[in-house]
Amino acid sequence: MNRSQSQLKRKLSEDTASLRCGLRRWERAFKEEFKLGGGETSKATSISGRPIKALYTPLDLKDFDFWRELGFPGEYPFTRGIHPTMYRGRLWTMRQFSGFGSAEDTNRRFKYLLSLGQTGLSVAFHLPTLMGIDSDHPLAQGEIGKCGVAIDSLADMEILFDGIPLDKITTSMTINPPAAVLWAMYIAVAEKQGVSPQIISGTIQNDILKEYIAQKTYVFPPRPSMKLVVDTFEYGAKEVPRWNTISISGYHIREAGATAVQELAFTLRDGIEYVEWALERGLKIDEFAPRLSFFFNAHNDFFEEIAKFRAARKIWAEVMRERFGAKKERSWWLRFHTQTSGVSLMAQQPYNNIIRVAIQALAAVLGGTQSLHTNSLDETYALPSEQAVTIALRTQQIIAYESGVANTIDPLGGSYYVEKLTQEMEEEAKAYIRKIDNLGGMVKAIELGFPQKEIADSAYFYQQAVEKKEKIIVGVNAFEMEHEPIPILEVDPAVAEHQLGRLREVKKTRNKLLVKQSLADLKKAAQDEINLMPFILNCVRAYATVGEVMDALKEVYGVYEEPTTY
Amino acid sequence: MKEKKRPGRQAPANLEPGRRAWPPHHQPRLRVLIAKPGLDGHDRGAKVICRALRDAGMEVIYTGLRRTPEEIVNAAIQEDVDLIGLSILSGAHNVLFPRIMNLLRKRGASDIPVIAGGIIPEKDIPRLKKIGLAEIFLPGTPTQEIIQWVREHIPERSKKKVISS
Repeated sequence: MNRSQSQLKRKLSEDTASLRCGLRRWERAFKEEFKLGGGETSKATSISGRPIKALYTPLDLKDFDFWRELGFPGEYPFTRGIHPTMYRGRLWTMRQFSGFGSAEDTNRRFKYLLSLGQTGLSVAFHLPTLMGIDSDHPLAQGEIGKCGVAIDSLADMEILFDGIPLDKITTSMTINPPAAVLWAMYIAVAEKQGVSPQIISGTIQNDILKEYIAQKTYVFPPRPSMKLVVDTFEYGAKEVPRWNTISISGYHIREAGATAVQELAFTLRDGIEYVEWALERGLKIDEFAPRLSFFFNAHNDFFEEIAKFRAARKIWAEVMRERFGAKKERSWWLRFHTQTSGVSLMAQQPYNNIIRVAIQALAAVLGGTQSLHTNSLDETYALPSEQAVTIALRTQQIIAYESGVANTIDPLGGSYYVEKLTQEMEEEAKAYIRKIDNLGGMVKAIELGFPQKEIADSAYFYQQAVEKKEKIIVGVNAFEMEHEPIPILEVDPAVAEHQLGRLREVKKTRNKLLVKQSLADLKKAAQDEINLMPFILNCVRAYATVGEVMDALKEVYGVYEEPTTY
Repeated sequence: MKEKKRPGRQAPANLEPGRRAWPPHHQPRLRVLIAKPGLDGHDRGAKVICRALRDAGMEVIYTGLRRTPEEIVNAAIQEDVDLIGLSILSGAHNVLFPRIMNLLRKRGASDIPVIAGGIIPEKDIPRLKKIGLAEIFLPGTPTQEIIQWVREHIPERSKKKVISS
């Protein structure tokens, strides 16, 4: 070691020594003041149960390697953001998840939201469509148009996007087992508008693994479902290159009760599973990886969430470059949409939810999300009313234009606390990922019930913590009071009849032979294990219904029933 | 130190003096069916309730997701439950609950009390109680409150009249 190196080493150790001295001094003062009273939280934990210290200092980052941990935005490992410009180049997309009643109702709501300044569309389908059945199915009774828009056939889809130019807007569709079918319908609607599939842009959620883990809208068993997902990767890479064929989701995993680390770990491990299955099919990583996208929750614990988003980018970049050997930079980017947490919003004193959403949305922005949905204050009562969704959108706009946080990239970079949290979350998530690797992968882990049990445990512990007042929820277990009822959206009961009428009309006027033939061809293709997208497209163009297409596939793939454990 | 209770190993709370305690496998614990009617797949709440009731010493049978009214009523009768709990967040309760109540009546099982929770607008509650639901538990209700309600309103099995099938 030469003289200047040893001088530097001595200086650093002196700095460290003086810091340690300062820390001890502060700790004494902290304990002293605590004894005098006024300290409310002797032990603090994040909402996920992680112990949080009262103070973070440079000592927490003494082994911090700037280039390994942080770097610059737009450069590996992308901790600070995937683009060099981030919001200075373009704000996140304001994309409110919406849908209810009939296609006409939702078309109106889409246009309303666009008129308010929303910059992307996001479609919520009603439960029958989500489950791949039609409005005239016995199980659809009472459910039509209640949780989302009723879409049975291409006829409904055409109305849904009536007057909305698909070459000028991007659309995300929250749909899983029948994702390929709804995607085919969107492509067909674009065709009718004269818009080529080469230029349409959007996302299908299409993340079946998290269905078994959390959201529970599954239809087929895991293996054929994975095959169908890879079909969409393959088809999209060639025919619909601007489309994100999957939104690998942690949102629902978190809502089901997972901690922040579990959300992070299970989502990324799901991503790894999809990549492995696609590679096994013979797809080239750099051909499909740039179109993988992600979807995270923005929950209550502000800094934990920001650290989570940063850790996510970092881990995924490493996974793609080191584990899978992807060569294209775009393959290393973790692009994500965020939704503020629904489960954190309360029925008691619902106007408080506006504040919760604002804080959560801010965390998502400080975490560098590409796209954001903010929940409405009436979340626990009904689908968003016009007034409530307006406030939700304005929340994003105020953050974007008034708060100043979008002026600089990754403003919390360098914070001792946030960098330490990011490191901790990365380590803990990687431990979970290794564990699932050792179990034999995510499909295997699901078959063993592993992620489901972790989530159920976390959900139960959290509920107990709330009931013991270890976690305070304003208005629920503290600061309770009566509140005035709020206006809520009601789905017109006539929607059901209207939808059934339209479905009958479609079935009457379409070319029945063409439908029969296209469904038979689809079934054969499924049996032959070839890419189903072209066959699904033919079915939807002939006005086969969602239920009919899914039934044809059910005959080949069977259906999945989960074990009834709790 | 408070002894940790384990299901099946505690004596019934209302043991009369001089009465021999039942061996664990004969113990007449309350049996509860927690059901998810309709297409709704949100099971976090239902599962938390299942566990809370189990930890409170009851036997809980969970139907799993997406059960029809017929399946729920069949399960309730086959499992010989003392209480049915319905969990629903999809808004389909106004169609599905009357079906369930009608079926219970038809099958001679309308003495099994039915409670519900989830996303149920307050304005629907009077109508649901009119068709026979004993109580509706809205979002934010602590599990302890539900357990308390069950203990106060659901008679012990040993005290129940025999249900004629």
